[in-house]
Amino acid sequence: MTDSRVTRRRPRAGLLALAVVPIVTLLVLPVAAVYLRLDVSTVLVKLAEPEILDALRLSLITSLAAMLLVVVLGTPLAYLLATRRFVGRRVLEALVDLPMVLPPTVAGFALLMAFGRAGLAGQALQLVGIELPFTTAAVVVAQAFMAAPFYVSAARAGFEGVDVRLLEAAAMLGADERARFLRVMAPLAAPALVAGATMAFARALGEFGATITFAGNLPGTTRTLPLAVYVALQSDLDAALVLSALLLAVSFVLLLVLRGSLARPAWMGRDAAR
Amino acid sequence: MIRTTCRVLLCIAALALARPVAAVERATLTVFAAASLDAPFRELAREFERHEAGLRVRFNLAGSQQLAAQLRQGASADIFASADEHWMAVVDSSGVLASTPVLFAQSALTVIIPRTNPARITRLEDLARRGIKLVIGADAVPVGHYTREMLQKLGQQPGYAPGYARRVLANTVSEEENVRSVVNKVQLGEADAGVVYRSDVSPALVRYVRELPLPDAANVVASYPIAVLRGARDRAAAERFVALVLSQRGQAILAKHRMRPAAVRAR
Repeated sequence: MTDSRVTRRRPRAGLLALAVVPIVTLLVLPVAAVYLRLDVSTVLVKLAEPEILDALRLSLITSLAAMLLVVVLGTPLAYLLATRRFVGRRVLEALVDLPMVLPPTVAGFALLMAFGRAGLAGQALQLVGIELPFTTAAVVVAQAFMAAPFYVSAARAGFEGVDVRLLEAAAMLGADERARFLRVMAPLAAPALVAGATMAFARALGEFGATITFAGNLPGTTRTLPLAVYVALQSDLDAALVLSALLLAVSFVLLLVLRGSLARPAWMGRDAAR
Repeated sequence: MIRTTCRVLLCIAALALARPVAAVERATLTVFAAASLDAPFRELAREFERHEAGLRVRFNLAGSQQLAAQLRQGASADIFASADEHWMAVVDSSGVLASTPVLFAQSALTVIIPRTNPARITRLEDLARRGIKLVIGADAVPVGHYTREMLQKLGQQPGYAPGYARRVLANTVSEEENVRSVVNKVQLGEADAGVVYRSDVSPALVRYVRELPLPDAANVVASYPIAVLRGARDRAAAERFVALVLSQRGQAILAKHRMRPAAVRAR
């Protein structure tokens, strides 16, 4: 694509720049506004507060756990969707994508209906001694629910992007499906899997509505960074500012790293992330 | 495929645009009210709209602390009704009130447990038992603040072991941002117990929850002040709404929702 005429033609720089100003302003100004309001002494004071550190630690741990959960449970699903044609595939795809467009509060309520103590599966879970609501595990479940589509769709696209001829070649050389997946599919789709997992992590990190509805709001147990921002917004604006800056910074670095790893999959030699 | 999608989107747009034509333009009174005022204020609004042709009342219901934060950040509204005097004073100090706050109602706390009673709670003393899942308001939320005050008082009643309040609070599994969220968690049967206002226990809620009455000596008086805001677009209309709340009819509606009439001037 890089040598095509379309991309080579120089854009009307001035006009294009003018056209992107409104949207860039919309996207950048709120972030800039947060950082411009910060002053170093407040940051240092607030960062020393145990509640803020608790929220940060809890957020990182739960988001990581949610990401792992999504990868472990989502990979087979993505592989299935990428490689098989079956009745109801469209419906399954739509169901998988649903959390992406669902208001998180609705998701949290639905999770309560399913895994709450009085919920559909919750009653069975209780028989084996598991009560999810108000636990850190519930935070992970809520985050995984919201983040799953981001990983599954990325992983699926990655699997679909693998050249069929390579798989056929592997099959001719006697590789069974398991070997084809492990030796051909997974390595070739790896950049997409990593990208999907990172997106899932970032989405989990920002999760608010499903968490507060399903898991509740208790410092140290279920109060993640976004919940801490919400609480602080109502009483301690300085803390809200520092927490917001923290969340923005972590998310931004994540996305930046994600772009970087997509542009140069150093160990691949070619751009496999389509 | 694309054409179908476009058609669907067009239909949605048409539906969205069709509505406002029917609902002709009416002036709107925006009331920022504590979440616990949901039911009585909706009834008061219906009463108000019956007498005020062309006026519509719109609510922003949330924890008083959240409403106060919004008002201090410049949210535009006509009336603020808080569940305690603290957040009214905070809003007052930021200079956005147009009138002196007036106390219009009082309420008290009550403990609710799901009808299924998963933790087999029969007395208030049980709340201190380890492993009880208690849901209360956060400390900044009026109901949460009242709850902590009530538990301290309750712990000093005869028959309660020392450290009662501390042990009850240690059973907290979630600190909610408004009283409705506390009610919901108990109504759904997810919490073993919650502390809410007596006025929250509506006939509809009684199907799901049971009350554990508090002794009067341990209860608190939750005072609700109301005030017109400086940003009110139609101050006269806002004042008429406040007058309705304070009127005999208004106070009767509040009483119907288990609030105590208290039409007196706040400090």
